[in-house]
Amino acid sequence: MFKVTIDGIPVEVEPGTSILNAARQIGGDIVPPAMCYYSKLEGSGGKCRTCLVQVSKGSEKDPRPMPKLVASCRTTVMDGMEVKNITSPEVIEARKGVVEMLLINHPLDCPVCDQAGECHLQDLGFEHGSAKTRYEFDRRKFERIDIGDKIQLHMTRCILCYRCVFTADQITDRRVHGILNRGDHSEISTYIQQAVDNDFSGNVIDVCPVGALTDKTFRFKNRVWFTKPVEAHRDCDHEKCNGKVTLWYKGEDVIRVTARKDVYGEVEEFICNTCRFDKKKTADWVIEGPRKVSNQSVISSNHYDTLKPLPVVKTNPLLQEANKDQFERETRL
Amino acid sequence: MGRKLLLEHINVPGINTYDVYRSKGGYTAVEKAMKTLTPEEIVEEVKKSGLRGRGGAGFPTGMKWSFLAKPEGVARYLVCNADESEPGTFKDRYLMTYIPHLLIEGMIVASFALGANTSYIYVRGEMMPQIRILERAIAEAKNAGFLGKNILGTGYDLELYVQPGGGAYICGEETALLESLEGKRGNPRIKPPFPAIAGLYGCPTVVNNVESIAAVVPIINDGGDEYAKLGIGRSTGTKLISAGGNLKKPGVYEIDLGLPVEEFLYSDEYCGGIANGKRLKAVVAGGSSVPILPANLFMKTINNEPRLMSYESLADGGFVSGTMMGSGGFIAYDEDQCIVRNTWNFARFYSHESCGQCSPCREGTGWMEKVLHRLENGHGKMSDMDLLVDVSKKIEGNTICPLGDAAAWPVASAIRHFRDEFEWHVTNAATAVRRNYGIAHYADPLIIAEKAG
Repeated sequence: MFKVTIDGIPVEVEPGTSILNAARQIGGDIVPPAMCYYSKLEGSGGKCRTCLVQVSKGSEKDPRPMPKLVASCRTTVMDGMEVKNITSPEVIEARKGVVEMLLINHPLDCPVCDQAGECHLQDLGFEHGSAKTRYEFDRRKFERIDIGDKIQLHMTRCILCYRCVFTADQITDRRVHGILNRGDHSEISTYIQQAVDNDFSGNVIDVCPVGALTDKTFRFKNRVWFTKPVEAHRDCDHEKCNGKVTLWYKGEDVIRVTARKDVYGEVEEFICNTCRFDKKKTADWVIEGPRKVSNQSVISSNHYDTLKPLPVVKTNPLLQEANKDQFERETRL
Repeated sequence: MGRKLLLEHINVPGINTYDVYRSKGGYTAVEKAMKTLTPEEIVEEVKKSGLRGRGGAGFPTGMKWSFLAKPEGVARYLVCNADESEPGTFKDRYLMTYIPHLLIEGMIVASFALGANTSYIYVRGEMMPQIRILERAIAEAKNAGFLGKNILGTGYDLELYVQPGGGAYICGEETALLESLEGKRGNPRIKPPFPAIAGLYGCPTVVNNVESIAAVVPIINDGGDEYAKLGIGRSTGTKLISAGGNLKKPGVYEIDLGLPVEEFLYSDEYCGGIANGKRLKAVVAGGSSVPILPANLFMKTINNEPRLMSYESLADGGFVSGTMMGSGGFIAYDEDQCIVRNTWNFARFYSHESCGQCSPCREGTGWMEKVLHRLENGHGKMSDMDLLVDVSKKIEGNTICPLGDAAAWPVASAIRHFRDEFEWHVTNAATAVRRNYGIAHYADPLIIAEKAG
């Protein structure tokens, strides 16, 4: 086991762990933000540069600091390494720069974007960005592209994290996805709008940190903070899909199905398109209970802390019980 | 007159053919290396020679070779980086056009030293004539038994391939070059692992510049110690400089490292001074990505010592008052050139060539280009200079590959040294689109006391 110190907090991790994952084992504020790294996708990371950290001591054997800031998601820990994240002014400054760069070609139209409320760039911009932009030129614009009948790509919002490219590469069997062009005019493409037809293609929506890839069956149906996430599962007959999902209720209707995401916004297990797009009735699912939403998230803003239970809660004893628990806990606080 | 090592026989008619090259002592390095030296001894000779990578970074070649991992049963590769696309640099193309066998000979010796049985020369796609020349040279060398199976009866096999690239600047970055060579999109890889551990097809790989590989030939012929006697300090040997811009005699020159810049710029043996009797305003000493210097700071270091053409002397003063050797793309600007326009031109190049993988470089290079375009066309603001410096700082060092640094340095240095010209473009916008700022004080002798105050 390697001993690593991140912002003065020691932790013991397996050799080969990245600095980012070591920080995630500690948790809390010292975890660097990651826009492109996705632990379930091999080879992802290193591109967005938001997770830059300073290595102030290389290792026990070679205590020299690293000359540049390093991408914590792709740098493995060494025994005795000391890392500075939020305690280093250089890191804060560099990260602020990266956030600014990510935002200069991103439309600042969160009020009309479907991802608002669950957008990582929105969170990142709120945390690190400045209130004003210094960019005074036209932003990059693209036409919306339909990828099949269920997914829509709006490149204007894309931050080129390459997560969907890795997903198409690794989760789906046939790669029909990639990057065209280079530099600031590069774009995610599906080979001239060729429809992605694959059982797992819907997962590109879940991995997208911004609103570039959206679910057409949900798009503009509702703001995410008006919906109620509920954990559910079904017996999916696809061999690679275990059918564990989050259902997003609006009233009595399931208006969206997504994979379950952890605290870092990464899905626990990828789900198939049948579960995601076709099973939108409560009867299709076995409800497990309400999803825990961090009280920092806007999604929790009008969650289960209401005395008037929602229609779906009324008919489900499990949810009623959970609702009562949660209501008690939150009113006590 | 300095001794020529690489371009000794450049003026011999037909030196691009095998027979003439051989008659001038060509391929003796291969014979010497394979018959009298072991691979380890060759690496040792190159280490002793102090040869530093000629592609730009100046990393010692022998050291790079000794870092190559040598696991059992895994192929090793040598890749020659001939994707020369730095604006201002054209030495490799010259070498490949006129004396291709020198590169082939160097490749054979280097491949033998590294134990590579397959080697590649990755040539920029635009250099189609050079690709044909190299292919013909390889065929000739193969006919003569210097390539193929059982070379010179030593049992060593080597196949040499020329691979045309797609013409992207980014493919000159070693890991992007390897990606491209594997047939993928030429995006730089995230390091570590370095190519010496996992490079081409995941095997240990060495990537060297054309000139570095060609320089192995005189090192083997004369011995590393002999080579190290040329040059000055840690800058040993000779270097090809591709001189361009407003010079009387632009072209490729082989110089002994340590030559005073004054002599290089003004002696008739080399550039012969500034064309049309004008005065020197600024110099980019090593290709577009190194910091630009005004004439006075280029001729003399900040300590008022004459500057020399060597890795150390050019870098004297760091980024505050120095520059870099880079790849030897020497560009001189006379008094009538506009630094703002030149900086915009460079920024446009980097914005166009950024691969778009990592965000600071993808977005930042485009941003700098737009601001500089505005400045050049008379719509700039006084705050733009600080903005540019700030943006360049946010790119520098925060990117996957050195392209971000290469894009940031020329902009940051131009504003550092030519700020008044930039400001003049804002305050006299109408005049600035009609005429240039001129030489101003950029060639005045340095006044050290004033600098300190």
